[in-house]
Amino acid sequence: MTKNPSSPDRFARLYQKLQLIRRVEEEIARIYPSDKIKSPVHLSIGQEAVSVGVCDTLRPDDVVAPTYRCHAAYLAKGGNLNGMMAELFGKGAGSAGGKGGSMHLIDAANHVLGASAVVGTTIPIAVGYSLALKREGKGRVAVVFFGDGGTEEGVFSESLNFAALHKLPVLFVCENNFYAIHTPIEKRWATRRLCERVETYGIPTNLIDDSDVLEIRRASAWRIEAMRSGKGPAFLEVHTYRWKEHVGPGQDYDAGYRNIEELRKWQERDQVALIGAKLDPALRRKIDAEIDASIADAVNFAENAAWPAHEELLRHVFAE
Amino acid sequence: MSSPNSRLLRYVDALREAVDQEMERDSQVFLFGLDVDDHKAIQGSTRGLLEKFGPQRVFNTPLSEDAMTGVAIGAAMAGMRPIHVHIRMDFLMLCMNQLVNMAAKAHYMYGGAVRVPMVVRSMIGKSWGQGAQHSQGLHAMFMHVPGLKVIAPSNAYDAKGCMIAAIRDDNPVIFVEHRLLYPLEAYVPEEPYTVQLGRARTCTRGDDITIVGISNMLVECLRAQELLLDAGIHAEVIDPISLVPLDTETIVNSAARTGRLLVVDNAWTNCGASAEILARVAEFANGRQMIQMSRMGFAPTTCPPSPPLEHEYYPNPAKIAAKAYAMVRGETGGWTPDPERAALSYQLQFRGPF
Repeated sequence: MTKNPSSPDRFARLYQKLQLIRRVEEEIARIYPSDKIKSPVHLSIGQEAVSVGVCDTLRPDDVVAPTYRCHAAYLAKGGNLNGMMAELFGKGAGSAGGKGGSMHLIDAANHVLGASAVVGTTIPIAVGYSLALKREGKGRVAVVFFGDGGTEEGVFSESLNFAALHKLPVLFVCENNFYAIHTPIEKRWATRRLCERVETYGIPTNLIDDSDVLEIRRASAWRIEAMRSGKGPAFLEVHTYRWKEHVGPGQDYDAGYRNIEELRKWQERDQVALIGAKLDPALRRKIDAEIDASIADAVNFAENAAWPAHEELLRHVFAE
Repeated sequence: MSSPNSRLLRYVDALREAVDQEMERDSQVFLFGLDVDDHKAIQGSTRGLLEKFGPQRVFNTPLSEDAMTGVAIGAAMAGMRPIHVHIRMDFLMLCMNQLVNMAAKAHYMYGGAVRVPMVVRSMIGKSWGQGAQHSQGLHAMFMHVPGLKVIAPSNAYDAKGCMIAAIRDDNPVIFVEHRLLYPLEAYVPEEPYTVQLGRARTCTRGDDITIVGISNMLVECLRAQELLLDAGIHAEVIDPISLVPLDTETIVNSAARTGRLLVVDNAWTNCGASAEILARVAEFANGRQMIQMSRMGFAPTTCPPSPPLEHEYYPNPAKIAAKAYAMVRGETGGWTPDPERAALSYQLQFRGPF
């Protein structure tokens, strides 16, 4: 974390995660019409930088809580790709044994908390987890991702207050992509002063309005370092943009609720392309090839994995 | 139920003792909720715990039941064992998303990767104008959802044993308490022990009718059973103690033997615990045996605070006894118990302010 932010290693590391997420999502979109993936997919294409920038500042034993648009955070935190792909295929070798699906990815070994399909629901759960981390006293932190819609849920405000009151080591990260499903922010918020609202709880905030992964990384590193030494929660608002439709593999710029000019503006700042351009082309080709091979392996793994056994239906209703 | 180290203990003190002993045994157990650390200490059920275990393990919360339930779930996923206290069960309606969508499902939808060992204490109120939103028995809402355990002990012995079992359980447990049970005494061992969740207790033996009483209604059923003896009727009274898991076998066996089943719930009957119990017995009896079945519960309306209306709203020992008599003797209105004897002399109705 004290290394020079422009170090080639760091660019390679950030690019590897950005490109991995982009390519996994593209592959999911490619496979989706075959109906092999039997789960509603909320693709992260365009929003990769938020998860990658934040997770790059985390220790392996730190915890992240994603939303139902969870593929990016899951992979950025080091979640197992084979387990993820098999889960999307509904196979027994999936990260949740075929009982979760795309909206409920989990990887306990890599400290990815389970995702939820109900907006805002994981916010207080991450806060509760951070309460345990504070009691544990090993300097671990929790990060919770949510969208602009998630900040409208009552638990968001309740969670901010409780986390601030108890000085809990939790980083709140709002991925503001300006739409809750198809409803633009103008129809939902009286003001855009989200960071100001959060600051009234006594929580420091940062706004990164262009999704610059290096800026996200810098803000996150600063806040998390303070958090590890007991300074309490912090909040990042990152402006970003969902390139694909809300759910599913396609685009929906013909639906009338948003304009493709918005997409073009955000594509000019595409972090995958911008960070990729900073790499030595040979290194980039090597990273790309490794990623494509790992995705091919994961798809192969998922296709060949067995369905869950019938007795799995009633297993795990209660913990034994 | 008595052991050498038993002494008479009130239900409320049995709850307190169970939590005290488990917090001492396991440093991961903590207790939180509105008012748990104030001078009233949830009617005394959390008294002294703050002084003994400190504010890290016993703490009040903002009025944020929804998020606080999520906090309990997150802490439980991280390996802690939270006890989240609600001074009225009605307030659990603010927690439904977290309880139904996360606590109940997490172990299953994450393929067994996480556990959610938490206890949700919730108290049902009655009398002194508790009214619409301080009196509801909402246990059936939680019984409906796979993944939640629901228990409603009716005496101090079971309260302590069930609380310890609930704290040690690796699943979310909705712990249903009734305000009027708090002062009732039973012999309770000093040492920690568990009451197995999912095993009913047969409180009295009888051949004429099986009466199942849930939560506070168990006490009223026991009084009805005494009154029925005056009419020469011997009722077998069963306390299910645990509603999920439910000991169907004990209830079915008794009902099959007596040929009559009356379920009295501390809740509405529509889609309630009484409906579930009758359905299970009916499924067993179907094509094998005729079992006469009936049930009682709150009147199908909102609880009124005015005393005469409230009196009509609830089942009571006289109504239960008269109902059982009619089932056994086949005549309605043939006998009603002496009203003087029907009063619950050992269960004083609560007097204000809260």
